[in-house]
Amino acid sequence: MSLDRIFDIASSAISAQGKRLNVVASNLANADSVAGPDGEAYKARQAVFQAIGRGREPAGVRLANIVEDQSPGKRIHDPSHPMADAEGYVTHSNVSVVEEMVNMISASRSYQNNVEVMNTARQLMLKTLRMGE
Amino acid sequence: MSNPFTGMIEFHSQALALRAERQKVLASNIANADTPGFQARDFDFQAALKAATGPQANRPASVVSTSPGHLPIAHRGVDGSLTLSTLSWRKPEQPSADGNTVDMDRERANFADNALRYEAALRFINSNVRTMVSAIRGE
Repeated sequence: MSLDRIFDIASSAISAQGKRLNVVASNLANADSVAGPDGEAYKARQAVFQAIGRGREPAGVRLANIVEDQSPGKRIHDPSHPMADAEGYVTHSNVSVVEEMVNMISASRSYQNNVEVMNTARQLMLKTLRMGE
Repeated sequence: MSNPFTGMIEFHSQALALRAERQKVLASNIANADTPGFQARDFDFQAALKAATGPQANRPASVVSTSPGHLPIAHRGVDGSLTLSTLSWRKPEQPSADGNTVDMDRERANFADNALRYEAALRFINSNVRTMVSAIRGE
């Protein structure tokens, strides 16, 4: 029976998209973070997905890696800020709020799609169980 | 399809198994909609059903596909279950920057269509069973 494999596939995607939403939440929460004591500002993180499965087999998906965006953060001149450096600049995080919002919508749509897939598979299995009645 | 009583049921059960298989393939496309470099897969249902129910279906498959462009060949495994030896890749309609070829609208439409046809196959089986039971009872 291959319908039950659909639950594995869809749940792997739901879990991966959920983790991606976590990453987005972390980025949005830190969008206004400034450089900490070590002088390093928060760096935006991006989830990277990878298909699970050999060759051309139908495959689930998993979160392979979380990469940090290495682009430099915004530097704003504000000598009165407690975190300002010797030249009076404050380094902010490199999170792009607009990109993160788009990312969030995309992740939540994909999440919904996979819930829908799971519901359909569930209904088909229920109907299959009642075969011959 | 030798037995006239169960022939139709057998045919529809093959179709049902292939529909379930295709549903799985489509679910994996939807799951990987955001995976970089993932290529959407599918198989030609008509060809697979023909291969599974045709005259040479019970012989071990004698044809081997050697290129990803070949049509898939469905054959029975050792346990008698249907297995697909080849899935083909979907031709992308719009290129994407990360090399992913899943078109979510198309996959969703195919998924809904396939679910409907799965239910249709189930219904055919159910009504065949009902017909047979009423013939046996003679009521």
